[in-house]
Parts: sequence; structure tokens; C-alpha cells
Amino acid sequence: MNHIAPGARAGIYHYDEIDRRFVGERVEQFRKQVERRLAGELTEEEFKPIRLMNGLYLQLHAYMLRIAVPYGVMTSVQLRKLASIGRRYDRGYGHFTTRQNLQYNWIKLEDTPAILHELAEVDMHALQTSGNCVRNVTTDQFVGAAADEVVDGRVYAEILRQWTTLHPEFTYLPRKFKIAISGASSDRAAVRVHDVGLLAKRNAAGEAGFTFYVGGGLGRSPFIGKLVREWVAEEDFVAYLEAILRVYNQYGRRDNIYKARIKILVHELGLEKFKAEVEEEFARLRGPKYRLDPEIVAGIRAHFAPPPFEDLPTRSDALERAKAENPAFANWVAVNVAEHRQPGYAIATISLKPAGGIPGDATCDQMDLIADLAERHSFGELRVSHVQNIVLAHVKQDELFALWTELDAAGLGTANAGLIGDIIACPGLDYCALANARSIPLAQALSARFADPIRQRAIGELGIKISGCINACGHHHIAAIGILGVDKKGTEFYQITVGGDPTLTAAIGDILGPAVTETEAVDAVEAIVEVYLANRTDQDERFIDTLKRVGHAPFKERIYAAD
Amino acid sequence: MPSQDGSLKAITANRLRDGVVVFLGPDWNAGGEVATAWVESFADAALFPAAEAETALAAAKPRAERAQFGVDIYAFDVETENGVPTPVKMRERIRALGPSVRLDLGKQAAA
Amino acid sequence: MPLIENGRIGEDAWSFAPDGEPVPNDRPVIISFERWQAERASFDGRNAKLGVRLKSGTLAGAIAPDLDRFALVAVEFAKFRDGRGFSTARELRERYGYTGEIRAVGHVIPDQYQFLVRTGFTSVEAPEDTNPESWANALTEITVAFQPSLDETDPLSLLRRKLKVG
Repeated sequence: MNHIAPGARAGIYHYDEIDRRFVGERVEQFRKQVERRLAGELTEEEFKPIRLMNGLYLQLHAYMLRIAVPYGVMTSVQLRKLASIGRRYDRGYGHFTTRQNLQYNWIKLEDTPAILHELAEVDMHALQTSGNCVRNVTTDQFVGAAADEVVDGRVYAEILRQWTTLHPEFTYLPRKFKIAISGASSDRAAVRVHDVGLLAKRNAAGEAGFTFYVGGGLGRSPFIGKLVREWVAEEDFVAYLEAILRVYNQYGRRDNIYKARIKILVHELGLEKFKAEVEEEFARLRGPKYRLDPEIVAGIRAHFAPPPFEDLPTRSDALERAKAENPAFANWVAVNVAEHRQPGYAIATISLKPAGGIPGDATCDQMDLIADLAERHSFGELRVSHVQNIVLAHVKQDELFALWTELDAAGLGTANAGLIGDIIACPGLDYCALANARSIPLAQALSARFADPIRQRAIGELGIKISGCINACGHHHIAAIGILGVDKKGTEFYQITVGGDPTLTAAIGDILGPAVTETEAVDAVEAIVEVYLANRTDQDERFIDTLKRVGHAPFKERIYAAD
Repeated sequence: MPSQDGSLKAITANRLRDGVVVFLGPDWNAGGEVATAWVESFADAALFPAAEAETALAAAKPRAERAQFGVDIYAFDVETENGVPTPVKMRERIRALGPSVRLDLGKQAAA
Repeated sequence: MPLIENGRIGEDAWSFAPDGEPVPNDRPVIISFERWQAERASFDGRNAKLGVRLKSGTLAGAIAPDLDRFALVAVEFAKFRDGRGFSTARELRERYGYTGEIRAVGHVIPDQYQFLVRTGFTSVEAPEDTNPESWANALTEITVAFQPSLDETDPLSLLRRKLKVG
């Protein structure tokens, strides 16, 4: 048998010489920029956007470096490198983010060029993970595996990654710019809360095209993205985005950082006027220079060819036997394993949300283990999901039990994907310079309160998302139960919202009542859950559906009646 | 000596080359090298009555910036609890100690 | 202030006439867009070259009808972080077909030089104490581009790769 390098079958864009040369040049460029900063040739004001565009923030305790994981997909080799960097330059762990990236929290500025150099060795970088540029394009964590997929979002996310890399016109935008793509019938990428949300679909002729939503976003002024064009043909994909970005770059507000996102431009200009401006640019840009040639798309698509699946029966007897013998495993399969389009395979979610743990954190030892498991069970590939978990997308059903056994032994076998324990939390005031309150301790208290797997399954699909400030990195606005940390005269308080929805039926949650203390917040969430359980028609009525039916009153009454 | 009325301030920065939290120390105006003006532990930080903190900040900040030593330089409120100076805001407590969810990390771990 | 052209400090034949001060007739002069709007008739019959300076909020469309009167358009960056000027230059070139000199003035840093060139700028007014080496390096340190643009470099990019093949 020929030797195949680990990761060679992974569904990522595989670098060639030109890509490597580019990333290498960027590392050297940043090395010189750091030297110029330390020598005083660049002021902090001038250096800040430059370091941000290389993923480097200054946080409470040190610099934070955010590594790009394009559309959340990486190889086992890359993950091992991340583990090794975490040991050598950080404190032995990393934090997976809601933008499908990885962050280190204890980085030194003077080490950064060396870290970026090490990343370049495995075709990784930290480019455009921050700054007022087009950020890492995100997509469905089940891309290329989901049974309900229509178009492979990675292909277009990669085209955008390349097209937006050091874009000469759009690197100093009014504010950051986030794009998400979903190519499946269920939206797992929260496209309607992004600056640009793309729904990739096919027309009657089978050709790929895109529905464009613009102006979604969370933060201080949450907006659901508005439909700007129902159908943009594949060949116009780049031209249409270029038109949107040019309108935004020229007309987006620069006088007030809180009003600088494209959502405010769309809101203030009005949807019709915004559309007209974009269409005018688009009509002019459309042409050979910006046309996305089918050959280019085919060339990119070749990188994402399916791995060499074996022909397997749909039903795995080994899996059924293991489930029957081991209830904890059966529970994990029921909760963390999703249907694969290839018979005999499954998609496994590795929860980074152990009860009482820090959401999204993984130790370097855990990263190494996951890399090993990805090689043995998923063609050397893994994904980071926007809910801060890891996904092995192509696992043989026959091997699920072996996989779970090793995960469980390493504290990675928590069965809570999509359940109440699968909490999203931003780093909050424990790390973040922008935060007003801590997020992690509340997430820990809540996941410990609802640790019982049987109770979690009885409650069913119910997401809790926590942000430590109004910038909403924890996506609290779109959670079934959202929690926002606020500072009231030096004390941390938490404001609870209910009824948010990240999917295509996107909705911003409503504030339930006055903010409460951390301890009260845990009790309040439990009270909300109890009211839901008492009111739901049956097991199949989800929390948000019960909420829609019975309204806020019973929930408010229960939480605030005692006051 | 710190007064007991709670209106004290300390001055802090992040060190440019590694981002580490530093505080203006007692020798800040002794005329030595910029680096010797700053200390890593809050326990060693100089405490200023509010009026003096402004003057000290106005003097120390440009020095630290010119020497490419520190960034994000500002003063914050300190109160004394049982005679021990403590930052008033949670944010500054966490900067002085480390993450409250990882007691094995940050300045608190070394203590 | 030093003028950067083609990665080097060059001779500046132009001078700026502040609003209210006389405009010399015998050499190239840049005036403000506001002055152009107010006094345009006074420039009829002028033989020496005229340039116009746009504030960062003034977009290309505002000057488009009069472009044939100007041998130079100076695009101001109020802050280097304010990237509107990149679109202004690109619109001047691509949308309005302007072929004269486009000069970046105000606050720009060497790290933006390649972007300036690629969006259609021809020269940059740099601060007095600038390090010329940083400007020279800025044009050569990155040799790969991922988008079509206006410069003469040889991008081996997604879209350009196609153009080379086709």
C-alpha cells in the first residue's frame, strides 16, 4: 500500500508553492513590522490595525493570538502543530471560538513572528482573523458530509478566502466584515446574523447560485439580515460581493464605531436605496475581469473531493450491539452523532463542554488525542463548529464505539451536542479587554446544574448562549435562552433574553425582565426550563415553540413574582 | 501610606513586548531607566491620592510610550479592605491576579 | 514633504495653494475641491497644470464630470484607517477612466503602499521624517496577489491565474 501523508485526504484547500510563498512573505512582513514597532518607527495607533490583521489582540493579561481555521476545517497535522505551539508559547491549552477559529491567551508580541513561522510550516496563518477587513468566512460544520447538503459551501468559502486575502481596496473598511455560507436545507451557519449571509442553492438546471442576505449582525444593535437578491449566478458571485463591499467602503459610517457596520448603513440608507447602489456597481463590474470562471470553481472543488469511502451497509450491526450493551454510549450516539450521506458512515461531534468546564477550551494533550483519533477514524480531518465543539465528519459507524471509548477516557465524551449543556460562552471578563462581566463562571455553573444526561435529553433541544458584553461574541441575542453580562456600579449582573433563533427563521430574543445576579441567573434558567416542561404539549414541542404559544407571561411570573 | 478614604489610585499598563500587566512602582520618578519605574505585582504598585495620580500619569505615560515600553496606560481606583489595597473594579482585580476560572494561571499562580 | 513615486523619493513639481491664497499661473498647482466648486470660472483659460484635492469624504463621483480639467487628483486620508480613498482611486480609474496622476495625501503609512498602487494611486505624499526604506520594501515584500487590480505586478492569483492561462 502506498504511503499517504496524514491529512492528504482531508477536505481542506491544499496549498501549492504560490500559497506557501505568500504566507511566508506575510510572516516576514509582520516580523519587520514588529521590529519597526519595537524601534518606535510605527506608533501604537499605526501598529494596532496591522497586528489585528495578523490576529493579534492585546487582552487583559497578555496578547491573544487568533489562528485562522478556514471555514473551520483542518488536518490532524495542523491540530498537532496547534498543540505544540500551545505548549511552547502559551500555557498548554487553546480556546475554540464561535468563528470556528482557535485562540491562544498568553502570547508575547516578541514571540509572534516565530509562532506565525511555525504555523506557516503547516500551511496555517492568523491573517484577517481581526481588523476592519473581511474576516474568516464561516460555513456549516457538517459541510461535505451532511445528508441535506445541496451545495458544498467550502468551495465558495475558499474562493472568498482567496479573493479577500490582502484585498487592496477592502482592507481598511469602516468596520469588520463577516460572511457565512450555508449550502444545506438546514442553516447551521447562522447566515442571517452576518454582514453578508449566503444561501448556496441550485436552480432547475442544477446550476449553483446564491441568495444574498445583507446587514445581519448582533452587538449593540442586533439586526436580522435582509434579503438583497434572491439569485446571484455562480459566475457573478465575486462581482456581486465586490459591489456590496465597494458601496459599504464608500458610504459606511466612519464617525462612530458603533454605527460603522454594514447593518447600520442598510438601515439608515433604506433597503431599496442600498440595493439600487449595489445594483449600479454590479452592472458595471459584471464582465470578464470579475467573472468567476467555471474552470476556477472546478479547480477549487477538486480540493474538496470526497475521501475514499468504503462501500458499507447502511446499518452497522457492530454499532447496534455496542449501543445495546452500553447505555452511556447509546446516549452519546443519540445526542452527538448525526446522519452522514454516505451509507455506513456518521458525523460525530466531540463536545468541548464538559459539565462545569470552560466552553471551547481544549488542552494541548486533548488536541493531540483528537488529532490521533481524526487520523484513525476520519481521514485525518476535523472541523471546529461555531458552537465551539469539534466534529469528526466521516466516521465509520462500526468504529463509533472505539472512538467514544477513547474520547470518554480523556474527558471528551460528554453527550450534550445541541442540548442545554452545550453552552456557548465568550471569554468574558476573565480574559477579554472589552468585557463588562464574566461569562465563563456562569456557563460552568449552568452546565454543572444541568449535568445529568437523562435530564438534558428530557429537556431536549435548547441552546444557552452567554456574552460578557454588548458586542455579543457569545451570540446571546439568537439563543433560546440568552444571557448578557452587564456591569452595574462594579457588580456583575446578567440580563436574560428568550426566544432567539439562529436559523433561517432567525429571531432576536426578547429581554425577559430586570438583570439578576449570577446565582439568581442559574436559578432563573432552571425556572424557565421548569415552566417550559410544565407547559409543553409533548416531548416534541421545542422550547421556542412553547414560548411562542404561551408567551412570556408564565416565565416572567415564575422568575420575578417573588420580588 | 495609603489613606483610608478609598480615593486611591494605581497606574497600570501592558508591557509592549510581551503584553504583561505592569504597575507604576514606588521608584517611578527616581530618574532611572523606564523599565525600573514599573513593577509586575500589584502588591508592589505605588498608590496615589486621586489628585496626585493625574500628575503621575501625565508624567509617566509619555515616558513609557516614548521608550516603547508600555501601552494602554491609565489609572484605576483602589480601595483598602482590612488594610490591604484592592482594585475596586472586577476588571482590575482580574488583571492583577489572573483569570478567576483558572487559578493556576496568571499572577495569582506565581503568588 | 517627501513625495514617494515608484518606491523612491521623487521630485515634486506640484504645490498646494491653500484656499484664499493666490494661485500661481506659471506652474502646476493643486487647489481644494471646495475652491474649484466656488471659483471654477476663474480657472478658464489657465495654461499651467491644475490639480484638485478631495477630502476623504468626497467620493469620485463628485469630481467625475470635471476630470478632464485636472492633471492630478489628490485623495486625502484623514486617518490611515479610513480606507475610503482606496475606493475613490479605483472608481476614478475603472469607472471614470481617469488617466492622470492620483496622489495619496494626509495620513498614510508605508504598510499601505502596495494597496495604494494596486488601487490606482501613482504617488504618495509621505510625512517629513519618514523612512524611505520602508516605502521601498513595501512594494517588494509581498509578490502574490489574489485579485485583479490596476497595478503592473504579476499576480499569480485565482482570477489572474485564469487570465494568464486564457
